[in-house]
Amino acid sequence: MNDPIIQFHHFSFQYHAQSEPTLHDIELEIRKGEKVLICGPSGCGKSTLAHCINGLIPFSYKGECGGSLTIAGRESRELGIFEISRTVGTVLQDADGQFVGLTVAEDIAFAPENDCVGEPELHERVEKAAALVGVGDHLRHAPGELSGGQKQRVSLAGILVDDVDVLLFDEPLANLDPATGKQAIELIDEIQRKTGAAVVIIEHRLEDVLHRHVDRVVLMNAGRILADTTPDELLAGDLLKENGIREPLYITALKYAGVAVTADKRPDSIGHIRLDEEDMKKVRDWFARTPPAPPRPERPMQLEAKGLRFAYSNGHEALRELSLSVREGELSAIVGTNGAGKSTFCKLLCGFETQQEGTISLSGADMAALSIKERADHIGYVMQSPNQMISQTMIYDEVALGLRTRGLSEDEIRPRVEETLKICGLWPFRSWPVSALSFGQKKRVTIASILVLEPEIILLDEPTAGQDYRHYTEIMEFLLALNRRGLTVLMVTHDMHLMLEYARRAIVFSDGALIADAPCAEILTDEEIIRRASLKETSLYTLAQRCGVGDGQAFVQRFIDYERQEVRGT
Amino acid sequence: MRNIFNYVERSSPIHRLTGATKLICLLLWSFAAMTSYDTRLLAALTILSVPLFAVSRIRYSDVSFMLGFTLVFMVLNNVLVFAFAPQHGVSIYGTCHVLADLGGRWLITKEQLFYHFNLVLKYLSTIPIVLLFVCTTQPSEFAASLNRIGVKYTVAYSVALALRYIPDIQREYHEISQAQQARGIEMSKKQRLSKRLRSASAILIPLILSSMDRIEIISNAMELRGFGKHKKRSWYMARPFRAADFLSMAFCALLLAAALLLNYLNGGRFWNPFI
Repeated sequence: MNDPIIQFHHFSFQYHAQSEPTLHDIELEIRKGEKVLICGPSGCGKSTLAHCINGLIPFSYKGECGGSLTIAGRESRELGIFEISRTVGTVLQDADGQFVGLTVAEDIAFAPENDCVGEPELHERVEKAAALVGVGDHLRHAPGELSGGQKQRVSLAGILVDDVDVLLFDEPLANLDPATGKQAIELIDEIQRKTGAAVVIIEHRLEDVLHRHVDRVVLMNAGRILADTTPDELLAGDLLKENGIREPLYITALKYAGVAVTADKRPDSIGHIRLDEEDMKKVRDWFARTPPAPPRPERPMQLEAKGLRFAYSNGHEALRELSLSVREGELSAIVGTNGAGKSTFCKLLCGFETQQEGTISLSGADMAALSIKERADHIGYVMQSPNQMISQTMIYDEVALGLRTRGLSEDEIRPRVEETLKICGLWPFRSWPVSALSFGQKKRVTIASILVLEPEIILLDEPTAGQDYRHYTEIMEFLLALNRRGLTVLMVTHDMHLMLEYARRAIVFSDGALIADAPCAEILTDEEIIRRASLKETSLYTLAQRCGVGDGQAFVQRFIDYERQEVRGT
Repeated sequence: MRNIFNYVERSSPIHRLTGATKLICLLLWSFAAMTSYDTRLLAALTILSVPLFAVSRIRYSDVSFMLGFTLVFMVLNNVLVFAFAPQHGVSIYGTCHVLADLGGRWLITKEQLFYHFNLVLKYLSTIPIVLLFVCTTQPSEFAASLNRIGVKYTVAYSVALALRYIPDIQREYHEISQAQQARGIEMSKKQRLSKRLRSASAILIPLILSSMDRIEIISNAMELRGFGKHKKRSWYMARPFRAADFLSMAFCALLLAAALLLNYLNGGRFWNPFI
């Protein structure tokens, strides 16, 4: 086998601002042509490791390195970030944020421009790289005219334009819808075969990455490497679960059914996992003996939208003839591709924009006459990033803001804020500054600052974006608890796990209209809807088919119910 | 929402000039208009900009917003000059032909009116050419041309990048302010100043925080792709000068020369028809 391109040996790293090292005693080798997935919960050190590989550490983020890290045979700290970038090309998480150029072509040309590559070579290389990732027809487009998936392709072209030996992907699936994420994994695989480069993927969504073959998975936690092995070996053990990484759903289902998942069954893909007749029978038996959840009582209608039509001033028709209804106490997901009209619908609901046709009514009363502020007393809106909402230094003040602007006295405000802080689990932090909180806690603060206004419906934009499994579970369990107190929760999301596990219903938008409104198990097993809304079929359905369970949709539903009742006890 | 740098993609001889040419022409033209108050030159420049607009295929609707904005500014400028220096024309031209008396210092004189006429002409001779530049130059070409006339490329690129992010930040501002309005933050003019300042901070602080995140991402992305590696860089959008470029620059250089010559002949910046 050829020499390693990247070699960590007894490597450790400590940021200057921190008292503890972030990475301890790292031993890791990456060879040419290999495909390695590095996973682990938030804060495990995987991003720090990525920064070491691409040279942002120690050249942009300062700190103390111990041991050795060699890149193409040379000690990294003796190279510069520019020299490292000749070997390692990085695609960052935020495809939009890293779009440097004003058009696709300029963005791809960015690195060779900095190398003073002149004409006609510059244009030739840009065209070649663009063709490789399939954006050759969009060279003159601005970032605003591209979809999330296309932007990511452009980022990839921007590093393929140089001949790098290592392609590093930092959370490539973070901002993509399920179908686009699937295509991204396929593209990475294809590019690797074409270029022969080593691929390193940093990602906590294991099942989605395993959609294509991966040579090794490196599991990290608390700054250490816990496992460096084949996906099959890792899936057969319990390390993933113990370290807050979600197993692929079909593996979980097999384990529920009592099937022993061993490495020799090649469990890394639902496509080729070896299941013998006995295993399949166990799955069928599990399905037969697990009772369906009792139906929920019908609640009265709460929110009704009828015939909504909305076009932006530039003529873009975002919604056409949209009608939907939400019952009291629901917990539903609003899904669909970017541009399907989800955010426009939220804006109309909150009164940020006004529909040209149609009505929205709340508990039977038309909302047309209500101002933005008045609507907020009924429907609370939580933006995706807490940084977009938090404006006060202290947690208490941030939560109290909405009440203060409504002119309540401090005596009236205090009990309401305190009550909300308790519900949101923020009571211990009540006198802390916001800046001392983690991302997940900040998210809670923004939810608290909306809840304090006592809305009947809370509307959240991607509530779990950028969260690992543990924080995701924390936020969702919290929302579930609020939901049980009677609050209606609507979530705009791309996350299929969130849909499956928490949402009881999915409201599916496509091209400005409603195309489905049904339980999630039904949506995620319906090929036509999956295709139109850019979703992905759940592996549970495939498992059901492979095991000869007649009703795949019921199997998925049974799995969801079982997890809710038996595993989470809700 | 309007973008400040309102590039309009169309095919025209002016669009086909390189960014550097257009920048140099803009500088020469506006120096000419700035150094001189010679009515004849200003009028000639103003009239000349009409066919240029026709050639560029930029329509009135493309520039109406910016045009309106600058015209308001022009009127304001004139009103203020008259209010505070009603005798400025007299002191420039050295004669005094009174047309009307508005009381106090505010005499309306031929000289003052002529001075205002020149002031208006100055606006009319420069605004169209600036708008023409803005509408026919791609922001990245603009950066490349700044670099070409000697501005460091790191500086030139940050200008381009700022232009690239203006629409994003505008959109984000809009979204944040809507969400804060829902929490009862109002920006209406009915509020007291102290309250309005506090409302503004409720929108600006989140905007600044999320912009900081953005800056970190973009600067990492740029560094990882070798930005700042060498003293020079090439530009994808750069194009070689052609005959039309040299002709345009030569013509604008002549305009500036004419302005300087007129200053010399007039013995100052003003052309005086009163003596």
